[in-house]
Amino acid sequence: MDWEVVIGLEIHAQLATRSKIFSGAATTYGAEANTQACAVDLGLPGVLPVLNEEVVRMAIMFGLAINAEIPPRSVFARKNYFYPDLPKGYQISQYELPIVSHGQIDITLEDGTTKTIGVTRAHLEEDAGKSVHEGFGNLTGIDLNRAGTPLIEIVSEPDLRSAKEAGAYMKKIHAIVTYLGICDGNMQEGSFRCDANVSIRPQGDSELGTRTELKNLNSFRFVEAAIRHEIERQTDELESGGKVVQETRLYDPVKDETRSMRSKEEANDYRYFPDPDLLPIEISPDFINEIKTSLPELPDARQKRIMKEYKLSEYDSSVITSSRDMADFYESTAKAACSVASLDVKSSKLTANWIMGEFSAALNRNSLDIKDSPVNDEMLGELIKRIDDNTISNKIAKEVFDAMWNGEGTADEIIEKKGLKQVTDSGAIEKLVDGVIADSTPQVEQYRNSPVEKQGKLIGYFVGQVMKKSRGKANPKQVNELLRKKLAKD
Amino acid sequence: MHNKTLAELSRSLRNKEISSEELTRLLLDRCNKFNKSLNCFISLTEDKALSLAMEADVKIKANNAGPLTGIPIAHKDIFCTHGIRTTCGSKILDNFISPYDATVVKQLESAGMVMLGKTNMDEFAMGSSNETSFYGPVENPWDKERVPGGSSGGSAVAVAARLAPAATGTDTGGSIRQPASLCGITGLKPTYGRVSRYGMIAFASSLDQGGPMTRTAEDAAMILNAMAGFDERDSTSVDREVEDYIAALEQPIEGLKIGLPKEYFDERLNPDISQIVHDGISELEKLGATVTEISLPSSTLSIPVYYVVAPAECSSNLARFDGVRYGYRCEDPKDLNDLYCRSRGEGFGREVKRRVMIGTYVLSAGYYDAYYLKAQKIRRLIRDEFQQALKDVDVIIGPTTPGTAFRLNELMDDPISMYLSDIYTVSVNLAGLPAISVPAGLLNGLPVGMQIIGDYFAEARLLNVAHRFQQVTDWHQKKPTGYE
Repeated sequence: MDWEVVIGLEIHAQLATRSKIFSGAATTYGAEANTQACAVDLGLPGVLPVLNEEVVRMAIMFGLAINAEIPPRSVFARKNYFYPDLPKGYQISQYELPIVSHGQIDITLEDGTTKTIGVTRAHLEEDAGKSVHEGFGNLTGIDLNRAGTPLIEIVSEPDLRSAKEAGAYMKKIHAIVTYLGICDGNMQEGSFRCDANVSIRPQGDSELGTRTELKNLNSFRFVEAAIRHEIERQTDELESGGKVVQETRLYDPVKDETRSMRSKEEANDYRYFPDPDLLPIEISPDFINEIKTSLPELPDARQKRIMKEYKLSEYDSSVITSSRDMADFYESTAKAACSVASLDVKSSKLTANWIMGEFSAALNRNSLDIKDSPVNDEMLGELIKRIDDNTISNKIAKEVFDAMWNGEGTADEIIEKKGLKQVTDSGAIEKLVDGVIADSTPQVEQYRNSPVEKQGKLIGYFVGQVMKKSRGKANPKQVNELLRKKLAKD
Repeated sequence: MHNKTLAELSRSLRNKEISSEELTRLLLDRCNKFNKSLNCFISLTEDKALSLAMEADVKIKANNAGPLTGIPIAHKDIFCTHGIRTTCGSKILDNFISPYDATVVKQLESAGMVMLGKTNMDEFAMGSSNETSFYGPVENPWDKERVPGGSSGGSAVAVAARLAPAATGTDTGGSIRQPASLCGITGLKPTYGRVSRYGMIAFASSLDQGGPMTRTAEDAAMILNAMAGFDERDSTSVDREVEDYIAALEQPIEGLKIGLPKEYFDERLNPDISQIVHDGISELEKLGATVTEISLPSSTLSIPVYYVVAPAECSSNLARFDGVRYGYRCEDPKDLNDLYCRSRGEGFGREVKRRVMIGTYVLSAGYYDAYYLKAQKIRRLIRDEFQQALKDVDVIIGPTTPGTAFRLNELMDDPISMYLSDIYTVSVNLAGLPAISVPAGLLNGLPVGMQIIGDYFAEARLLNVAHRFQQVTDWHQKKPTGYE
């Protein structure tokens, strides 16, 4: 049987405020346990929440970015359940009247087509603390630093039809919140997390199948892997005559599997009701307009602009703009790489290739963010400039890049110090070429006796020899031209 | 000296007839002497009181004193007090030392007031007799066999027995006005949002409001001047200028329009109490007020509405008392569930558990609409009826309670009857209006209170009417015997 996959995602993005959503405590990540939890975060008797207005502004920015409705009034509600890292015994969230509803975003599918995904709602809520199980014997430690950190929970419609689509949607939301500057997007630190609701149904059915909820999907890779596994598991279950049980499953990235956490029977009745400690949020059209005029450029717009301005391909521009950091880095590097006042197509393309290739690979190898790269935009720009003006070849440039990465100086310093400047002097190159031809009699014979279409391949040997003799510095284009000329003569 | 009102003490202190330290020592001696039987204090804070009194004396000596400087006050043990045990009348907070001060405590301290101690109360303010306190019942000084009312029973008794010239209370369904009425003192519940709730341990957040308990309306006005105001730590407090409540006291009340809700004077009211309240109203008529009958038909539903809304909120508010971070934790919990169940099971008393269970039930899936939502709708109706009535009259007057103080244990096994003792007070909380109870007579030697309800933020008007009433009556000067 053919199965249709139905996926909805719930994304929790931590809003990048300096203080918490309902208290003045700092939100900085990684502080010593319980040093960033004030009386309000600890849920002491008598304390009251006061809304940090910055989170309202941020949620409205998100709503505008996804063309959503922002109702004039939204309400905080209490979600009641007991857990040791939930200090008040309830989480302040939003239930019936969320701050953002009915939005949509476009994702690009593998075949290049776009698909619109509905966003049911996005609501504000506070994060819980953390239970710490290591280092306390058979006890559990509680760290409330994270308690009260502002979150926006973004709930999609069940519009996603594959793990790939889910991944693309998550990346798009990630790009939007980071472009807006409302979330740092850091998945290792949990600033951007995702749960997935997954079900399958016979192709053509209109009724939804029983769904499971996958938790703890804290990387793009995990989301796709976990969903793929879950689809397989559900398919196996149904095809072998079994049933899918509505439950929460936890993805284990080490074992690469999902396992049951709790079933529906054990699910809580959260007893939501409007929080009497907080007034409803009232939002005026003027306030929305004020925010609208100050919205930064969003991923789709930037991709289109960069494609046009820098003459990049659709693919390159979408990779470059997949994160705000990369797009910023690209634009500043491309400007630095350009030797003339206006952008030139060649260095723009070269910059894109370098950032998507060598530079990204180095970041990945060292697990670094762009911000932490030892090679900054100025440095990379200078290197590209030297390729562009033929001072060095692309191959030598890789050597220079590695040296820059290792902190040996700027491109020009390294080229100078290591004597890597490309040899373009035709006399010098001719001397090298002549030497190689003289030393390679059998190869010359072979070349000359081969049909023209085979010569193209054979010439590589001579180029290699010349480059070796020049220690890579000879201009390969000149070498190539000269060799063809000399080998052709008798 | 202890028989003087707060206003009189204020003058004595500034005229240097007595120092704050002397006054504080005198009252602490009385507290120590009478508290053994009255049990109106859970904690006496003698060291703190004396050091605050000495600070006040420095200011008084330097002629740098405000009207409240050096005057002792007792705080209901629902207000968090920095470095001092704050129990809320519960075993679950028996060991809780608050690391911060409630806004009200801070305001009164910065006005120069001297905290004598923390007063007894119904556990988490849930009760109308002070009998649900983990620290035992409080005696009514008018009759030791009777309850003082609740939940601010300790505060009412401390003022009535002249152990403190003033006390703070909180009122969720009548918890200031009912004990004030039963103990023969003056108690004001301000408009919801007029006094900060920060640091006041929440029972039902949309109803709770702190206020002064004093012997006279003038004294209440003096305390409210320092207590009222916007607090940025309380989102439900209202950012609105605070009037000078003293300045308004002497205004004539000629032409004052009084509404008498017929529902407050029906067969459920003890006829003697009805007579006392009518006599009180006659005094106001003599001062030029006019009376009309009004109707508040939905007010008869206020008790059932209240016992849905308040428990719903309390079931959530009290979830933080889980034995994890502070307060009582059971011995040797075998797992997390056991820790929760036994800490809460052993830490909370019967009435609190009853309300947490009711509240949990009315918020549950499948019951929410039928109970919580319905109650909220009726609540709006009650509020609308009050607002409509207050378009035609300036104040609404009626009894504070349907009877005088009842006997200890009389209603402990009959929660419904106990709840009905708040029948005239809860609708005011549901509407968020201000109301004051003033002594209006004695019935068989027991005090009877008269309740004056006003429009939103009409505290100045209420205090003015109450003050004019007290200028022509002496019920507020009556005192229980045996506390000389």
